[in-house]
Amino acid sequence: MAEPTHTEARPRDAAIGTGAGRVLLLVYGIFALSAGARAGVQIATKFSEAPLAFLLSGLAALVYLAATVGLAVGGNRGRLVALTSCSIEFVGVLVVGTLSVADQAAFPDATVWSRYGSGYGYIPLVLPLIGLWWLWRHRPRD
Amino acid sequence: MNGPLSIATIVAALVLGIWYLIRCALNRAPNNADLWAMLGLSALVAVLVVVAVVGLFIGERPSDWSTFVGYLITTIAFAPVGFYLARLEPTRWGTLILGVACLVLPVLVLRLQQIAEVTSG
Repeated sequence: MAEPTHTEARPRDAAIGTGAGRVLLLVYGIFALSAGARAGVQIATKFSEAPLAFLLSGLAALVYLAATVGLAVGGNRGRLVALTSCSIEFVGVLVVGTLSVADQAAFPDATVWSRYGSGYGYIPLVLPLIGLWWLWRHRPRD
Repeated sequence: MNGPLSIATIVAALVLGIWYLIRCALNRAPNNADLWAMLGLSALVAVLVVVAVVGLFIGERPSDWSTFVGYLITTIAFAPVGFYLARLEPTRWGTLILGVACLVLPVLVLRLQQIAEVTSG
């Protein structure tokens, strides 16, 4: 656990799940877990109250899980998975956020994407942008 | 669940979290003291969780007790996972991992307190 020397240059072929990517990995893991547990409880105990909202909640959890796995696996395939998940996430938080504001009856119970993720400190809105920025910055060069 | 132990955990996690964020801003990788501090926080959280589990057996159970147990498992695992990831990342980002882990812990403890307040009676 010695204090390492600092090098600013990051190798071009470094895995996307290292460096700042490892912080993203942790945050995505937290969201996969919390969104998944919440959706699981909602679907198991009161699915009939708002099926659409809870199914979207479950989808959100799966997308977070895919992004986590994509970052962890890395390589071309992992990168593609992470890129797709981050894009779906960004569209999802915008669409569900708008729907939850416009039609509150269909979204009676808070989900991770409700009101643009305000229940989670708007992190669901910012996180896909950070993810996309990270993936773009470490796009493969030929 | 609402005793001084919870408050001590929340305060310790917040202070450590801010410390790690400052260290990350200064471009410092986690050093031995940082990592030991995280282990210390993990131990404090473990004591809190054990006290809460004992409370489940001898005291009133929260009405939503399966969620409560889920949060307890997440809470006890959280700081060690942060520690593990930070060990893998000996750069400023390792320090940020410790910081993020420390700032999420108070949220978990507050959620545990909220759930514990609703007892089945």
